[in-house]
Amino acid sequence: MTDYIVPTIVVAILVYAAVKRVDIFAAFCEGAESGLKTCAEILPALVLLIVCIGVFRASGAVEALTRLLTPICNAVNFPADAVPLVILRPFSGSGAMAVYNEIAQQCGADSFAERVAATLIGSSETTFYTLAVYFSAVKVKKTRYAAAAALSADCTAWLVCGAVVYAFFGASC
Amino acid sequence: MKVILVAIPVISFIFAAVNGRMGEMSESILAKSGEAVELVISICGVMCFWCGMMKVAEKSGLLEKLSKLLAKPLGWLFRGIKRGGRAAGLVAMNIAANVLGLGNASTPLGIAAMKAIAEEEGSDGIASDNMIMLAVLNTASLQIIPATAAALRAANGAEKPMDILPCVWIVTAYSLFIAVFTAKMCAKFSKKRVLK
Repeated sequence: MTDYIVPTIVVAILVYAAVKRVDIFAAFCEGAESGLKTCAEILPALVLLIVCIGVFRASGAVEALTRLLTPICNAVNFPADAVPLVILRPFSGSGAMAVYNEIAQQCGADSFAERVAATLIGSSETTFYTLAVYFSAVKVKKTRYAAAAALSADCTAWLVCGAVVYAFFGASC
Repeated sequence: MKVILVAIPVISFIFAAVNGRMGEMSESILAKSGEAVELVISICGVMCFWCGMMKVAEKSGLLEKLSKLLAKPLGWLFRGIKRGGRAAGLVAMNIAANVLGLGNASTPLGIAAMKAIAEEEGSDGIASDNMIMLAVLNTASLQIIPATAAALRAANGAEKPMDILPCVWIVTAYSLFIAVFTAKMCAKFSKKRVLK
């Protein structure tokens, strides 16, 4: 079913434009060129931001933060095995997947920790990457409260995730 | 931003020194610069495709229709955005792509929407409330079907990979509500509001 979405949108746009007698080829090329320009424009800022994110991960600061968070995790029924995921998730999509695989192998598929980890991945994004890409695009230097608001979503997901999975499946791990 | 750009490397340097991971840190500086280029190249084709498509949709008046259709809910989230304007239409498309889980399409549309907002409001290097709202919506996962999580679960032998669906929906709803609420509160109590 979901396979139909993208082709349907593409065909609908093209048919509608044809009916309205738009010069589709010229319009498309004009837009695509602006897309190419945008790509080139965001690259310089993105290099710096992604290096910052990567360096932070490589330094071992993530592990230190994990230790800091463990007591809170115990209080909100968040499985100890999944704690590194909380820190890594906003920084790295592939990192989060790696941690998830570790949890799934250690605790087993369909275990409490595995379900919590998958739910957290499914309901959050790589926040810092997204912010870096979006604000690079408009050359914004002062992002004001953007990071705070975005992280409030991640924190909420982390804090309620354990309880919600527990409510549906119980703690069987 | 300036503070973060200095603080993160400094904190990382200290941690790397204490943990004896200076080698990894040094390596990641080089590797991540390459990764940034890879990221841009990997989205470049799709970016061109969707920007081209959106130009077609704009010229045919489809984008305007969509943005008028969603003017009410968008008007509440994005204060002062022009009804039926280009920015509103692109924002609507970006949100739709997110909800449908079209990860590849949502980023180019989001970037285009971001630029359209900047054009409409004028940009001076400081994020406006509407820019932040768009970015925050994109950092909160809006998708209905968590495709990545399901694929990971299936690969690890979960019996019904989609059985976490209700959990994901509830958690997403919670976090989205909090994020929008936080952004709205911050917008209310911070000095600079909408650029004109």
